[in-house]
Amino acid sequence: MSLYLRRDEAPTMPPPVRAGGAIGWLKDNIFSGWVSGPLALAFIALIVWVTPDLVRFFILDAIWTADDGAACRVQGTGACWAFVDRKLDFFRYGSYPVAEHWRVDVVIMLGTVLSARLLWPDGKKSTFGLFAFLIGIPLFIFLMIPGPAAIIREPSLELAILAGGIALACALEFSKLRTLWVGLIFFVLYPVLGAYLLKGSPLLGLIHVDTNLWGGIFLSLLVATIGIVFSLPAGILLALGRRSELPAVRFFSILYIEFVRGVPFITVLFMANTMLPLFVPDNWSPDRLMRPIVGFALFAAAYMAEEVRGGLQAIPKGQSEGAMALGLSYWQRMRLIILPQALTLVIPGIVNIFISLFKDTTLVAIVGIFDFLRAIDAARIDPVWSGPTVSPTVYTFAAAFYFIFCFGMSRYSQMMEERLNAGRRR
Amino acid sequence: MKAIAATFLAAMTLGAMSQSAAAQAGSKTLDLIKQKGALTCGTNTGLAGFGLPDDKGNWTGLDVDLCKGIAAAIFNDPTKVKYIPLSAKDRFTALQSGEIDVLARNGTWTQSREAELGLLWVGVNYYDGQGFMVRKKLNIASALELNGASVCVQQGTTTELNMSDFFRTKGMKYEAVAFADINEAVKAYDSGRCDAYTTDASGLYGSRLKLVNPDEHVVLPEIISKEPLGPAVRQGDDQWFNLVKWTHYAMINAEELGVTKANVDDMLKSPNPEIKRLLGVEGDFGKGLGLSKDWAYRIVKHVGNYGEVFSRNVGEGSALKIKRGLNSLWSAGGIQYAPPVR
Repeated sequence: MSLYLRRDEAPTMPPPVRAGGAIGWLKDNIFSGWVSGPLALAFIALIVWVTPDLVRFFILDAIWTADDGAACRVQGTGACWAFVDRKLDFFRYGSYPVAEHWRVDVVIMLGTVLSARLLWPDGKKSTFGLFAFLIGIPLFIFLMIPGPAAIIREPSLELAILAGGIALACALEFSKLRTLWVGLIFFVLYPVLGAYLLKGSPLLGLIHVDTNLWGGIFLSLLVATIGIVFSLPAGILLALGRRSELPAVRFFSILYIEFVRGVPFITVLFMANTMLPLFVPDNWSPDRLMRPIVGFALFAAAYMAEEVRGGLQAIPKGQSEGAMALGLSYWQRMRLIILPQALTLVIPGIVNIFISLFKDTTLVAIVGIFDFLRAIDAARIDPVWSGPTVSPTVYTFAAAFYFIFCFGMSRYSQMMEERLNAGRRR
Repeated sequence: MKAIAATFLAAMTLGAMSQSAAAQAGSKTLDLIKQKGALTCGTNTGLAGFGLPDDKGNWTGLDVDLCKGIAAAIFNDPTKVKYIPLSAKDRFTALQSGEIDVLARNGTWTQSREAELGLLWVGVNYYDGQGFMVRKKLNIASALELNGASVCVQQGTTTELNMSDFFRTKGMKYEAVAFADINEAVKAYDSGRCDAYTTDASGLYGSRLKLVNPDEHVVLPEIISKEPLGPAVRQGDDQWFNLVKWTHYAMINAEELGVTKANVDDMLKSPNPEIKRLLGVEGDFGKGLGLSKDWAYRIVKHVGNYGEVFSRNVGEGSALKIKRGLNSLWSAGGIQYAPPVR
């Protein structure tokens, strides 16, 4: 025993050199070793090497206004933003009649305000949060609907819609309307109203706009929203069905999930748009736009189901048994005990599916539907504008659009994770 | 399991039956269009000059104008068209299944497509063919001087095959630089990777505008393949076939007789009997097509004659600036020829 007993005191070590200031930070974070030091230098060199060219191409040498592609074709010019500006209406609305664009605007405005109110976390309503809510929504509507350029060109109607959006956002925020009611409005009233507004109805005095004219960003958002809104509840039901003790329910849930997951999405699209019309009479076949949207939603539901099931598996059996002991029914157990825990666990996975859904909307283009990316592809071909810089410019624009949305979803989910996961945070 | 199989078979049979029902109903394509209130026209998903939505999302192009012409003849309103953009893959299925009434999507008229797919081409609204583009500074005036040249081409297309045939029969050497994507091929040519670039002539003019300096490049006059592009309809409805065909011919006849969008109202008073018959002043030639007497007048009034449509979409009046060439009227050295209205 005594062998391991230390008799004298350990010598006092000098305190560690607390590296302070900028140099210390650099030393800690960037040049902390033989591997990261040269790597950091290499990346700095890369940034220094690339940035000036990017700035020159996208900003300094860019063509901001022009009437046709001639100015963009001049050698040495940069990005052709004039092209994006000219085609912006087409990118946003596709072939939707120009005089009826306000209907799309109103639908987007209502959707933004309502969903923002629903997604905004309750509880800690800091001044900052309120500020962000009331600034963020108008900013989004402003960018999505009138656009900085259009609002100068034709201010009246666009401004009215923008003002309406801000007013509605304020009203929702201050009216103490319960989230349940907002949810009902969003999930029940809004789709019906939106469908009538977009398709038109003689009763409301709106001319009919056929779905083959729908397109652009508006259509991408529509497809993504329907997919996302439908897939989560359907996925939850399917996941519960797959774990159900009723054999028929379980069988059909498994059949559905496995069948849909076993088939490529593109096949589903082709089936919907080229096979279906072969088998059903002309007047029966559903709308050409509805077919891929329904396919999209059903497809997403199967993936969502497996994600949710992963969460359900992770909940210990004791939770369910404890709830049973309290006398809760099946649905009460699920709603109050199991699902809140399971869904919180799989937020990253769910958002992963949402993000991939949002990007998969571009696939509907292969059955001839003019979503945002397809609209860009069509506009790019326009001989009046075609030039060597048009494609890089417009694809950068598209990349920025998709990135902003996907990154936004990702950040939002991380915030929700932190709030909901407070008990498990490491 | 057996029950499932039986149900599936029954569904298939039902499908096949309804398909043949659709084919029978197809003999009344025109009635169906009138009932729906709009012509359903299959278009390209985007080809400059032939079918492309403009800044406002309105469809324009040579093929699109034919659809507008048909709608003008039926409804006296060229806007009553529903455009369905179709990819190369599903264009023929869409026509076969009755989803569209006419396919105006620069499809090449070939024997197998008519004989095997159950389609009928109504005519040729654009005689295309494969051509070459080179740099002006090479000082080449003919494709026959391309011996030893490297040529950028899209992989796996008939274009590649045509080129190999052309060089082989002429006993010339060449180096093919193939790319999977057509835009890559154009880019490689532009960066100087190849001496020449080849694709269908109509596409060459469009590609030229994508180059860094379009004026430094020239399209050679030789056309080395036949690509007759035109609208197609389903077999089994001869009246509808005639209607589409004569819409096309009416535009060509109007050009030949000098009837334009601008002067068509004055031409109603023309003493020329051919013009009188065409515009419905004399006789009733629309009846056999299921149309009104002034069917051709409506087409020219709303859309214009073939020359105007050509110029506006692909010719001098457009950004593409394609020369008429083979598409000139027969009386002007081309092969666009329409039977007379009488």
